[in-house]
Amino acid sequence: MSAAASPALRDPAWTGRVFWTLAGLALLAPALVATEFKPWLLVEPGALKATMRFVGDFLPPKLEPEFLWLVARECWRTVAIATAGMALALVLAIPMALAATSVLSVSALPGRMHALPFAVRQLARALLIVLRSVPELVWALVFVRVVGLGPTAGVLAIALTYSGMLGKVYCEILESDDRAATHALLRNGAGRLQAFCYGMLPQSAAELTSYTVYRWECAIRSSAVLGFVGAGGLGQQMDNSMKMFQGSEVATMLLVFMLLVGLADGASAWLRKRIG
Amino acid sequence: MRVALHALAARHPAAAAGSAPALRPVRLTVEPGEQLAVVGPSGAGKTTLLHALACALQPAGGRLELDGADPWSLPVSGLQKLRGRLFLAPQAPPLPPRQRVVTAVLAARLPRQTLLASLRSLAYPMDPAAARDALARFDLADKLWERVDRLSGGERQRVGLARALVSAASLWLIDEPLSSLDPSRAAMAIDVLTRAARERGVTLVTTLHQVDVATRFPRVLGMRDGEVCFDLPAAEVSRERLAALYAQREHELSGPLDAVQATATPAPYCR
Amino acid sequence: MNRPSHAAAWGFLAALVALALASFWSLDLQWAKFLSADAMRRMGRFLLELLAPTGEPAFLRKLAVASAETLAMSALGTLLAVLAGLALAVPAARTHAGERAPWRWPTRLALNGLRSIPELVWAALLIVAAGLGPFAGTLALALHTTGVLGRLFAEAIENAPPGPAFALRAQGAGSAKLFFYATLPQILPQLMSYALYRWENNIRAAAVLGVVGGGGLGQLLSFHMGLFHMRETSSILIAMLLLVALVDLASYFARRVLQR
Repeated sequence: MSAAASPALRDPAWTGRVFWTLAGLALLAPALVATEFKPWLLVEPGALKATMRFVGDFLPPKLEPEFLWLVARECWRTVAIATAGMALALVLAIPMALAATSVLSVSALPGRMHALPFAVRQLARALLIVLRSVPELVWALVFVRVVGLGPTAGVLAIALTYSGMLGKVYCEILESDDRAATHALLRNGAGRLQAFCYGMLPQSAAELTSYTVYRWECAIRSSAVLGFVGAGGLGQQMDNSMKMFQGSEVATMLLVFMLLVGLADGASAWLRKRIG
Repeated sequence: MRVALHALAARHPAAAAGSAPALRPVRLTVEPGEQLAVVGPSGAGKTTLLHALACALQPAGGRLELDGADPWSLPVSGLQKLRGRLFLAPQAPPLPPRQRVVTAVLAARLPRQTLLASLRSLAYPMDPAAARDALARFDLADKLWERVDRLSGGERQRVGLARALVSAASLWLIDEPLSSLDPSRAAMAIDVLTRAARERGVTLVTTLHQVDVATRFPRVLGMRDGEVCFDLPAAEVSRERLAALYAQREHELSGPLDAVQATATPAPYCR
Repeated sequence: MNRPSHAAAWGFLAALVALALASFWSLDLQWAKFLSADAMRRMGRFLLELLAPTGEPAFLRKLAVASAETLAMSALGTLLAVLAGLALAVPAARTHAGERAPWRWPTRLALNGLRSIPELVWAALLIVAAGLGPFAGTLALALHTTGVLGRLFAEAIENAPPGPAFALRAQGAGSAKLFFYATLPQILPQLMSYALYRWENNIRAAAVLGVVGGGGLGQLLSFHMGLFHMRETSSILIAMLLLVALVDLASYFARRVLQR
C-alpha cells in the first residue's frame, strides 16, 4: 500500500479559477461600457415600435416581377464583381506566391539561401501580409474616392485583399508539399517556371484549386458587403431599400442573398469533394 | 441486484439486420451478492452479454429481468432509475482525457445528484474524500487532483475501477478490468473489487482473459461464439474444460493454465 | 477519382472561367478612368498622403477611445456568440446513434440563416432596433458569429469520442449531466480554438462596421475619409492594422496556452 500521506482535500485549482473568473469580470465591465451595451434599449417603446414596424414590413416580401428582375440583375452584378475580382486576385497572387516560396530557391539547393534571394522572398511575404490585413471595405472606400461609385472599386478592392489571402495560402500549400521532384528538376538545370509546372503543380493543383473555389464563395459575400459603400450590386440595393425603410424589398433581397450564398456554398463543396 | 436472463439473445448495435446474433439465447440467473467471472475467446459475446445486462442493448429475443422487473417494459423514468442502480465499466476506461481524476471518479455519483449539485461539483468537487478513499484502495490516492491524460494506461484502468466503489450501484458489470495491469497490480485490483463487492453485497459480473484469476471466483461462466458453454462453480472448472473452450484460440488465454487443476475425465468440446 | 466526376469537375472549372470572362464583359468597368493619367496621379497623391499620419494629441485620444471601442465590440461579440452558439449547438447535434434529435434540422437551418448574412448587413439591419453606435455593431457580430460557431460546435459535439458518455448513459445520467461531464470536457479546447480564430476575424469585421454606423474605428474612418482628411485617415488605418496584429498575437498565444 502507499506509504505517502493522503493528499490534502483542498482543490488546488480553486484559487486559479477564482482569479481568472474575477479577471474576466474585471475586463467584461469596461467592455460593456465601451460598447454601450444596453439590451433594455431594444425593448424601449420607441425602438420597439420602429423594430416591429420594420420587421412587420418583411412579410410579405416584395415579389413583383419587375422588382424580382431588378434583384436578379443585381445578383448577377454581385457575382460578376466577385468573379472578376477573384480573377485579378489570381493574376496578382500566383506570381507573388511563386516569389515568396522557398521551394524554388536555386541558391538554397546546396545549403543556405543567399542574402538577396532571401530578402526578395521576405519582401514578397511582407507584401502579402499587408494586402491581407487591410479590410477590403477600406480599399473600396479609397477606390470609390478615386474612380467614383461603381463596380470598379469593388473589383479592385476584392482583387487586392484576396490576392493577399490567396498568395499566403498558396505559399503555405507549396511549402508543405514534397520538394524532392522540384529540387531534382532545378538541379538538372530546369528554369524555375518549368520546375513549378512539372514539379510542384501536379501535387498541389487539387489543394490550390480547392482553396481558390472556397475563396470565390467568400468573395461573393464580400462583394455584397462592398455594395454598402457604393460598389454596386445587391448590397447597394439593400442599402437603398433600408434607408427608405422598405422592409419588403429588404426581405426579398435577404432571401435571394441567402439562396445565392447557399448555392455557391453547395457548388463549392461539391467541387471540392470531387477534386480533393 | 438479482439478475435473470430467459433465452436472451442480442445483436451488435452496428450489425446488419438478419445477421447471426452476437449472443445466442442465454439462460442465466445470478443471485444478489454473487460474484461471477466470464471467460472465453474474443468474439464470444462476453462484452455483448455485459452490455445487455447493463440495458445498453435492447434484446433481439428473450427477456431480461433485473430484480424481478423487465427493464424494457418500464417507463423511461423507471428505466433511468433502474440504470442508476447498476454500474458498467467498459474495457477502455471511459475517462475524458483533460478531466481531473477526482471529477472522473465522482462522476459515478451523477445518477443520484440533482443537475445543480452536479454543476456545483464541477466548479468545486463536493466530496473529494470519498474519491480519495476509493483511489487509496487502488493505491492511487496521490493522483487525486491529476489530469487523466497524465496517467499511465494501468493507472487509468484502476481509476475506472475506483469509480465502482463510489457509485451506489448494486450490480457491477466490469469488462476486462486487468488488461493493462501487471500481475501484482492485477492481483491487488481484483482483490479490492471482490472484497468491496462482498462488503456491500453487490452482485459482480466480470469478464476476464486471465484464467487463473477467473478460477478464483466462486462461479465461472465459459462462453464461445455467443453461447454459454459451461456455468460451473470454480472447483469444477478443469484445465481440460478451459482448453476445450479456447480450442484453436489458445493465444488469447492469459495466465498459466497449470494453475488450474486437471481432472481425469476429458471435457466435452464446446461447439 | 472516377471518370465521370473527373469530367464533371473540369466542366465546373470551365464554367467558372466562362463566368469570369462574362463578368469582365458585362460589368461597366471603368478601366480607362482608372488607368488614366489623372486617376493614377490622384491615386499616387492619395497613397502618399496616407503615409503621413497625424500625431495631434486630441485626435490621438479620440483614436484610442475608438480603438478600445472596436476591441471591446469584437471581444464582447465573440463572447456572446460562444454562449449563444453553444446553447444552439446542443439541440443541433445528434450525440449518439439512437438519439432522435428532433430539433436538429430547424436549429441547423436557423444557424445557417444567421451565418449567411454578413456582419455588415446585420449591422445595417440592427441599427433600426439598436440605434447608431457600437451596440448595433456588437449585436451584429454576435448574431453572425453565433451562426458560424454554432455549426462548428455542433460538429465538434457530434465528433466527440463516445466512450465517456456511453458509460455514464449506462448508469442513467440525464443528457444535461452527460453534456457537462462527458462531452464538454473533451471538446472544450477545440471550442476555445474556434472562438479565438473567430475573434481574429471579428476584429477585422468590427473595424469596418462603423462605416454603416456601427461605431468604433470604422465610423471615424468613414467620417474623416469623407472629408478628405488624409492625415487622420492615415492614423486610423495604422491603428486598424495595429489592432488586428494585436488580436492575432493574443489569439496565437492563447491557443498555445490551451494546447498544454
